[in-house]
Parts: sequence; structure tokens; C-alpha cells
Amino acid sequence: MDLIWDGFTEAVELIFTGDAYVYEVTLTSLYVSGTATLIAVFFGFGIASLLVFRAPPGRTAALSVFNAGMALPPVTVGLFVVILLWRTGPLGGLGLLFTPTAIIIAQAIIATPVITALSFVALQSVNPRLRLQILALGASRWQAGLLLFREARLALLAAVMAGFGAAISEVGATIMVGGNIRGSTQTLTSALLLEVQQGDFETAIAFSLILLAIVLLVVGGLTVLQQRGSAS
Amino acid sequence: MSEPRIGLRDVQVEKGRRTVLDIERLDVSGGEVLAVVGPNGAGKSTLIGVLGLLEELTRGEVSFGGEPISGPYLAYRRRMAVVFQEPLLLDTTVEANVTTGLRLRGVPRDERRERARKWMERFGIAGLADRSARTLSGGEAKRTSLARALVLEPEVLLLDEPFAGLDEPTRLALMDDVGGVLGESGAATVFVTHDRDEALRLGDRLAVLMDGRIRQEGTPQEIFAAPADEEVAAFVGTETVAPGRVQGVVDGVASVRVGEQVIEAGGDVATGDAVLVCVRPEDVTIGPPGDGGPTSARNRLPATVTRITPAGPWVRVELDAGFPLVALITKRSVEELSLAPGSAAVATLKATAVHLIRRQETGDR
Repeated sequence: MDLIWDGFTEAVELIFTGDAYVYEVTLTSLYVSGTATLIAVFFGFGIASLLVFRAPPGRTAALSVFNAGMALPPVTVGLFVVILLWRTGPLGGLGLLFTPTAIIIAQAIIATPVITALSFVALQSVNPRLRLQILALGASRWQAGLLLFREARLALLAAVMAGFGAAISEVGATIMVGGNIRGSTQTLTSALLLEVQQGDFETAIAFSLILLAIVLLVVGGLTVLQQRGSAS
Repeated sequence: MSEPRIGLRDVQVEKGRRTVLDIERLDVSGGEVLAVVGPNGAGKSTLIGVLGLLEELTRGEVSFGGEPISGPYLAYRRRMAVVFQEPLLLDTTVEANVTTGLRLRGVPRDERRERARKWMERFGIAGLADRSARTLSGGEAKRTSLARALVLEPEVLLLDEPFAGLDEPTRLALMDDVGGVLGESGAATVFVTHDRDEALRLGDRLAVLMDGRIRQEGTPQEIFAAPADEEVAAFVGTETVAPGRVQGVVDGVASVRVGEQVIEAGGDVATGDAVLVCVRPEDVTIGPPGDGGPTSARNRLPATVTRITPAGPWVRVELDAGFPLVALITKRSVEELSLAPGSAAVATLKATAVHLIRRQETGDR
């Protein structure tokens, strides 16, 4: 119990005294996971709307792939991204391995199927005749798309939350492609793992508290936004 | 008739391997209401989709203002408005729903609000402006959907069963409101319905759509008095439909002038109302001329037989009673009364058998 209590009090002290190491790791985490989520939203929303509104041939097969992708083992993603970015790999020349960009790529690959599959369901659940009504009201294709996204906003926000959760809680691929380099590619999850391995439970607890706080703040904020939307 | 505002030429729509719409020609002019009546599955909603440029044609063309439609559909769609059977409202407030089309057209905010207020008042939903569309009753949602279409002041208005699924008082009240609006709007209106009364009440012209084809087109009188074929007759009912005007109402019984006759009938009408007088042929009895015995029937009309045609086990007798009147009687009655074209008779019908449909009267229709 002492270990937990001491760890907790020291963690709070680290957070509120502005410990440089803790803040650096937190900012790196927010940067890589936030960017990865934005990229995943871009591709996820785009692919989902293409599958729902254009209904291309092979739609079910594509959807099956994205559904399976929700259970994609992160270490497998990490392995493939490492091979891709390795010095002798196809994209080795870019020198991205063990950089925050490499982590962003890996996390985006992990979050994209989650956001795509959930957005597909969100958009598919909108009454298909509503799209006709919106076009009949004089909407261009873009305007129609925006209005339909607005209609599905509650479920789409849930997809974004799930995607962000998958990205920020990821650790295996992050360490593989980022290398867990202090001051560069260390994220909250990878730093937490390192601190536990080194027996520094106070710092590990501080990281876990921050991680929980971020998840609560971001997901809580999105939930408030979602529920406001449902009350309009 | 003025130049057609919207029309179809040689249009065919196939779904799967089935032809769901096959129309050689259809025209609707500005200020005119074409009521398309047909049973379920006749292709009515597909017709609205085709006219609204929302359905792909297998062949044929849609014309707008007399010219075949060419180029992007968006420009044409922005000159039309469609009201579907379901209200299909967006998940926002009533006012935001009503202004959606205006917002999409880039109409400035102040003008949007002003126009929305006018149409919300017109449809009695101004008090609901800030309410979420999700909380509306069926009737309120339909009113919102109609206001959303009419606020656009469209050149072409397409109504797909807008009164379906409403309780009777709401349906009648909404029909009254829509009738008034259509008379003023100047839009070329196509109104599809499976309900004959709705079609008669709102349509200037009727088209009967069955199996994707327009089987008959004309005035209500033409279609009801002379159905093109048996199927049309079975659907519309071989009724007598004649225009008339209410001369007075006493104790809920209206006296209606129809041609040279005055007919007594029940109905929610007022003195001066223009009405369509509808009589089912099985409600008309025929007697010899001068048959003046006491009877409870309020209407005894001297008439001349104009045509006699067999109709299955019955005989269809067409009469000229100062207006065309159709009776359905037995072969034996025809023989006993020695009815033949040109013979005189008296047609009798009860006031309760006469169905009155109030018509909207406007200067420009």
C-alpha cells in the first residue's frame, strides 16, 4: 500500500511542479496521437463515405477488411512499419525510423480501420432517403455530404473517440518504430513501460495518471459535444 | 394552356429487369396542379424521382421550360422543391429545417429568417420554430416539410403523398392549407397520391398511373365519367363527377346547382363554395318518367338515357340529367323499364349518397 500511496503523492508532485521530463513525454504523446487520429479521421471518414454513398463493387469485402482491422495486433503493424522504414526498406531513404513521424504512421494505421468501420455504420444508419431529400433541397454533392455527416455526428464522434483511444493507448508498435528515445520518441505509454522496468513506480504512476486524465478530458470533451448535439 | 414548365418525353426507368416507369409524354404548366393517382406500386414515387432529377433514366428526357435538361442537375434542382411521403427532417430545429434549402442556395441570413417566418406562420408552425424536429408530431413534421419546400418559392413543386399517414382531421386541415397555397404559388405542381378524394380536391388535371404507365389523363370529370379501360374504372370507380356550386345550406343539407339541376347533398360546405358532386353509379336508381310517388330520396332528376353498356352482371346506363350521370342497374331493370338510348326516365338519388368535394378556387388556376 505504501508503494501505491508514495507513488501517487510523488506523481501528483511531479505533475504540479512542472517536471520537464513528464511534460515533454506528455506533449510528445499528445502530438503523435492527436496527429495520428486526425490522419485516421481523414482517411476513415473518406473511405466510409465512399463505401456508403458510392457503394462500389467489393464493398462488403472492403468492409470485412476494415472490421478485421479493428482487431489488428499493434505489434504486427509495428513490424511492417519498421520493415517499410528500415534503412534498406522501400521507404528507408526518408530516414523516418525512430522519429515521431514513424509513430504517427503506425498509430494512424492502427486507428484508421477503427474509425473507418465505425463511421461506415454511422453513415449507413442515416435514412438513405434523407440523402435524396437533401439533394432535392438543392444541395451540391459536398453540401449533401456535410449535411449527412452532421446527421450522423453522434455516432461519428464515437468513432473518433474510439480511434483516439486506440492511438494513445498503443505501446507495442510505438516502441518498435519509435525506439522509446527520451526527448524524442518517448510517449506516455512507452515511458511508463520503461519506468516500470526500471522500478521507478512514482514516475510510472505519474505517467499513468496523466494518460488517464488525457483520455478522460479528450473523450469527456467529445462526449459533451456529442450529447449537446443530441439535444439540439 | 401556357408553355409546359416541366415535362417528360419517352421516359423509361428500369429497375432490375422490370420497367417501373414508361411514359411517352407528360407536361405540366406553371400554376397547374397535376394530380397523379394510382395504386401502390404503380410507379408514383419513381415519377416524382424522375421529375425531381433524382432517378436515373433508362431512356428518354426530362424537359424544363420547354427545353431538354442539359448540364449539371444542381441548377435545375434549385428551381424545384420535393416533398416526400416521409417528412425526412434534419436533426435540428424546425426553423433550421425550413431554412435549409435557402442556406444551400446562399440566401442571406436575414432574408432566410424572414421567408421562413412567413411560411412557418402559413403552415401554423411558427410557435415551433425553436423546437427540435425530433420532437414533432406527424402532422407538425409534415407541415415543416411542406414549409421547407414552399419557402424556396419553386418553379416546380413535386408532392409525393404528402398527406399519407395522418389522422383524418389533421389530413383534412393540412389539405385545406396546401390547397390554398397551391392556388397562389404559380408553381407547376405534380401531386401523387393513391387517394381519389385528395386528387379530386387538389388537382386541376388528373393522370391515372398504373404499372408505370399513364393510362388516362384529363379533367376529373372526363376520367370519372369515361374511364379509359376496366382497370382504370376499377381503380377510380365509375363515378359521376360534376362541378357545382353550393347555393345554400339548411340543417347541414346543401343545395348544389349542377348544370341545370339543383341537388341536395350532405357535406362540410358553405354557401358559395365550388364543389365536385360525386355519385357512385350503384347509388342511382332509375324509374319511369313522371314517377312521383312518395320517397325519402331527396333528388329526383328528369333525365334522358344516352348510352347503355353491359358491365359484367350489371348494365351501365349513362344519362343526361342536365349533367352526365351514370347508373349501374340490373339487366332485368333495363328490360322492365324498356330503357334504350333516347328514352326518358327519372333518376333518383338520396342526399346521403351524394359526396361533395370542396374545390379551391383561385384567380390564376
